Amino acid sequence: MLSVSGFRILLDCPLDLSSLAIFSPVPIALEAHESLDTDSVVRKKQKIEKTLDANDLVFAEPWYKTVKSLHLWDASFIDVILISSPMGMLGLPFLTRTKDFSAKIYVTEAAARIGQLMMEDLVSMHMELRQFYGPEDSAFLQWMRWEGLEVLPSELKKIILGTDCEELGAWMPLYSAVDVKDCMRKVQTLKYAEEACYNGTLVIKAFSSGLEIGTCNWTINGPKRNIAYISSSIFVSTHAMDFNFLGLQGNDLIIFSDFSTLDTTENMENDNTYCDPVTSSNASDDLYNLEEIAASLLKDDESMEEMEKLAFICTCAFDSVRAGGSVLVPIDRLGIVLCLLEQMSLLLESSSLKVPIYIISSVAEELLAFTNIIPEWLCKQRQEKLFSGEPLFAHVKLIKERKIHVFPAVHSVELLTNWQEPCVVFCPHWSLRLGPVVHLLRYWCSDPNSLLILESGDDANLALLPFKPMAMKVLQCSFLSGISLQKVQPLLKALQPKLLLFPKDLRCKIQISEANTIIHYSENETLCMPSSKESTEIDIATDLASQFHWKTLKQETVTRLDGELFMDQGKHRLLSGFRQADSKQHRPLLHWGSPDLKRLLIELSKMGITGTLKKVMDSAESKNAAGIIDIDDPEKALIDVRETGTVIITADENLASHIFKAMDIVLDGI
Amino acid sequence: MAIDCLVLGAGQEVGKSCMVVSINGKRIMFDCGMHMGYTDSRRYPDFSLISKTGDFDNALTCVIVTHFHLDHIGALPYFTEVCGYKGPIYMTYPTKALAPLMLEDYRKNMDRRGEDEQFTSDHIAECMKKVIPVDLKQTVQVDKDLQIRAYYAGHVIGAAMFYAKVGDAAMVYTGDYNMTPDRHLGAAQIDRLQLDLLITESTYATTIRDSRYGREREFLKAVHNCVAAGGKVLIPTFALGRAQELCILLEDYWERMNLKVPIYFSAGLTIQANMYYKMLINWTSQKIKETYATHNAFDFKNVRNFDRSLINAPGPCVLFATPGMIVGGFSLEVFMQWAPSENNLVTLPGYCVAGTIGHKLMSGKPTKIDLDKDTQINVRCQIHQLSFSPHTDAKGIMDLVKFLSPKHAILVHGEKPKMATLKERIQSELGIQCYCPANNETVTIPSTHYVKADASGTFIRSCLNPNFKFSTRSSTDKSYLDSNKSKAVSRLSVSDDRATEGILVVEKGKKAKVIHQDEILHMLGEKKHEIQFAYCIPMPMARTEDLSSTSHMLCGFDKSTLISRLSMILSDELSEGNILDLGEELQVESFRVSVCSSDNCPHRLSSSLQNGSESVFFCCNWSVADEKLAWKIISIMKNSTL
Repeated sequence: MLSVSGFRILLDCPLDLSSLAIFSPVPIALEAHESLDTDSVVRKKQKIEKTLDANDLVFAEPWYKTVKSLHLWDASFIDVILISSPMGMLGLPFLTRTKDFSAKIYVTEAAARIGQLMMEDLVSMHMELRQFYGPEDSAFLQWMRWEGLEVLPSELKKIILGTDCEELGAWMPLYSAVDVKDCMRKVQTLKYAEEACYNGTLVIKAFSSGLEIGTCNWTINGPKRNIAYISSSIFVSTHAMDFNFLGLQGNDLIIFSDFSTLDTTENMENDNTYCDPVTSSNASDDLYNLEEIAASLLKDDESMEEMEKLAFICTCAFDSVRAGGSVLVPIDRLGIVLCLLEQMSLLLESSSLKVPIYIISSVAEELLAFTNIIPEWLCKQRQEKLFSGEPLFAHVKLIKERKIHVFPAVHSVELLTNWQEPCVVFCPHWSLRLGPVVHLLRYWCSDPNSLLILESGDDANLALLPFKPMAMKVLQCSFLSGISLQKVQPLLKALQPKLLLFPKDLRCKIQISEANTIIHYSENETLCMPSSKESTEIDIATDLASQFHWKTLKQETVTRLDGELFMDQGKHRLLSGFRQADSKQHRPLLHWGSPDLKRLLIELSKMGITGTLKKVMDSAESKNAAGIIDIDDPEKALIDVRETGTVIITADENLASHIFKAMDIVLDGI
Repeated sequence: MAIDCLVLGAGQEVGKSCMVVSINGKRIMFDCGMHMGYTDSRRYPDFSLISKTGDFDNALTCVIVTHFHLDHIGALPYFTEVCGYKGPIYMTYPTKALAPLMLEDYRKNMDRRGEDEQFTSDHIAECMKKVIPVDLKQTVQVDKDLQIRAYYAGHVIGAAMFYAKVGDAAMVYTGDYNMTPDRHLGAAQIDRLQLDLLITESTYATTIRDSRYGREREFLKAVHNCVAAGGKVLIPTFALGRAQELCILLEDYWERMNLKVPIYFSAGLTIQANMYYKMLINWTSQKIKETYATHNAFDFKNVRNFDRSLINAPGPCVLFATPGMIVGGFSLEVFMQWAPSENNLVTLPGYCVAGTIGHKLMSGKPTKIDLDKDTQINVRCQIHQLSFSPHTDAKGIMDLVKFLSPKHAILVHGEKPKMATLKERIQSELGIQCYCPANNETVTIPSTHYVKADASGTFIRSCLNPNFKFSTRSSTDKSYLDSNKSKAVSRLSVSDDRATEGILVVEKGKKAKVIHQDEILHMLGEKKHEIQFAYCIPMPMARTEDLSSTSHMLCGFDKSTLISRLSMILSDELSEGNILDLGEELQVESFRVSVCSSDNCPHRLSSSLQNGSESVFFCCNWSVADEKLAWKIISIMKNSTL
């Protein structure tokens, strides 16, 4: 949550899907569930601190965990929400359905569409599960009451409550399809690098981050500060448009929010050893110019590595199909799925094996169609395909050739008639609790020839719990999901921020030797950033400025402003107004100094006004005496001059304005 | 500061659009087109005017191409590959994807006609490599100062209007655009921008079109009648744009009427173009976009590939054949076969370049056309002329100019007499300075420039709070003058003087500063000297009932009653200002009035003491800001009795 120029900005609103794993998928036999109600309490109490088994999971309609402490915020106080990835959108309907929600939500066009499809899929998969539990369960949440929580194994309790027992409030029942639709209506989609202007003050812009199709980093330009927000980014991607870090240049505050390296604990030692030589060589080479840094960042070693990983997965899958087993790939990273599809079908084609590939998801058809019409968000190589008139991804052709089959659900008629084993199935992950993945896992988990390909990171043990004992092989692979540690340093060098906000948790992993100020942030902590610009800049149109009435003082020339002040694109602008310029004469409204009475008399007589100095009160401090001037020609009038003010007493309008003019001459004013 | 616009093409004509604009030291070339009507040097813009030495890289900051029509992009490969421009070129994704098809098609035609080749296939490929694609509304920072942005323009797929901004000066070049949506594209869309200059096309500078629905029906009816009678329909088009639009139209009609007559596309070109259209569906109209997942509108169900052997096959059919305007190639070949039968139909676009067969067919109703001195074609077939066009009409141009309200406008891409009419309209109706320069002329207009100043926090804060003043002004409504009944209308006018509370301070060697008026004294280290006006005014009392002594009366009425009486008088007569009755005194803006009971009030002038016996004195004071108002109140008080 950021507060910039008086506006509150929320960055991303995801769901904690891994916590979905505490719930049990639909039980196979109904009796198992019913018996649980009676003796489970006793049974579970005894089992505490033993290893978890499938029966420990919560048998209830799942609730979902949002960002912790977000529920403590009043949604109506949020002004802007920036979403940087489809995943970061899943929690959004929770916010938008609250009353008084009025924030403007900015999402890139591609992320919005993909996010919407994911939410729709989640809702429909959830409905499928709900049909099993029936409606009464949702009203009465046994597991959420203290008694219910008490009986849960500590491992699950930790997920539900968080380490400090403060996260219970983050749990919510799922939103409905109507909520999703409503949410999408409130979303403002942006094109690539489109400038959106919030309230004339903040200019918000999205640049590709390279992680996935449509993911982005943000720049927020306010009148006092330029901010760049870096989410998980990949420099060279095999599918999405590359990380455009050059677009983030010139911002004085950078919020580094790429936590991907935090998860890769096993590689950490490796990374650290890597890191040291890199930093030292960098430090010695201060002559590094921007282009060189850019070039080193864009070396596509990472994407090569990724391609190798994909190739490895494909060969594993290939081996298992050859052995007669099927392959299940529940991976949610759209880009990786698309690349896998291409490589897998190439591999299968080159061999003589006739193995079908199935994609089972309620939104697969739309998702696949969508990926083929957004060349603007794809990497250079894919764009080249557009320019040479080929489809952006090979799946279009493969579907047409009936090598890939797309079905909305496991029980769809076309699937049943087409089904053929061994096969390769792609489906959504949903923590292995919702949708087709549950049915297929149940079906294959005892087949030692089959293979499950998972993305590592989530607690796989917990996720796979209901399916144990498993004879099925499991391949866990990690994909690049952010900026690798050794690239953080050169990246920051290229961006040259004055201030860097860096996560505290990552501090121990990397030493940043840049001269600029680094501030570490952590959860639930408010940081106040010093402002980079002391005063606000104001632009004054030259045609207006030329009409100003300037007045020279001792050292400076001053003028009163005119026209109308506008706030546009984060800039204050003073433009000539629409009113007739000279409806009122330009006359000073503010005076200072003390008048010289004799000079005043002279000025008055120049205007044909005669008067006499009546009373003079000498005061010790000021040289100029205060006094009263009596005027009798052309009309009677009095001028009562004191040190801090003058009163002009007259019944005649003309005379009054003449005296005022005379006063104006002897005083300084504006 | 000024903006210089050098017109290299499309000045008072249609063809070879090319405009070089210099803003604040940046030089941008908008479009780089060729003229279809010429085969000599006049076909290309005169690039030597940009740089005599031919050093275009230093002379130009970038080139921007709005869409893929040849009169906007035709000279680009020549300019980059033959003239040697190597700088950046910007166009939208669809334009970059489809431009090579157009250029290649044109190059082949040049070949066929035996003209000397100006650029080769390799040239086109090399040229396209230099192009940087942009998305709509994507703000591209070309260099430190120059920013460009594309806006949706309709017209053809990928057509864009371009916004360019250097420093404080900004402009828009529209290219060709359409303000009404058609079958497959949406209407042009642009933000309300602050512009110094708008360069707009003016193809239909004086035409105003009615709904396209009727015109479409006319076309469909003509086609339907022909195929129902067993005739063949030839639709000669260029590969892109019109072909897809008509095809969607026919496809839709075929579905509705359940027609089974085949629709053919000649050669691979147009089918391949459909492939591009399928991927670029995001650039089409909303309606088509919404249905892409279930049915991509460019997946034509009834469309088949045409084979040469089918030319004389029996039975009705519809054929899309390239090139358009029947300049040669396959469409001519088919035309020669089908023209002699009166059952057949040829549809032609609204505009054909002089010298083409299309043009000959449109002018009059020829029965014979001489192709060359040996061949002659008998023309007995029906001719239908399409009357819808992807260009905006005069109303659309006026709407756009009015919407953007630029400080200046330049008209290009139109016919001279019509442009002059439109120019007059823009100047008289919208009050915007307008130009229509001829080719190779330069127009110079002044540009906005801002002076930068630092503003103090107090000033900015005071500007955040609205400070409205309401006043009713009576003004004579001019519209009533004709009927000899000038009528005074009082209007509520709202003024906000926030900005005038600011003071600009310039000190030598320092940046200009804006401060609030309250801050200046502190800054100067001076003390405020307030000038006020005061006048103690006697008001005669109306003789009321049996009270005879004024001194008694003064006691009889307490001050607040007098004040509220005065308040009533003032509110009757005073049209502006907000009268506040504070019990003991009245307040109108800074004008304060209260009952004065002291006989030697310093604000009393001796002259007005004469008939004090019958009057009540009101002591008034006010500051200079409300001078006019104060005198108005005083004159009211002088002329009325309590």
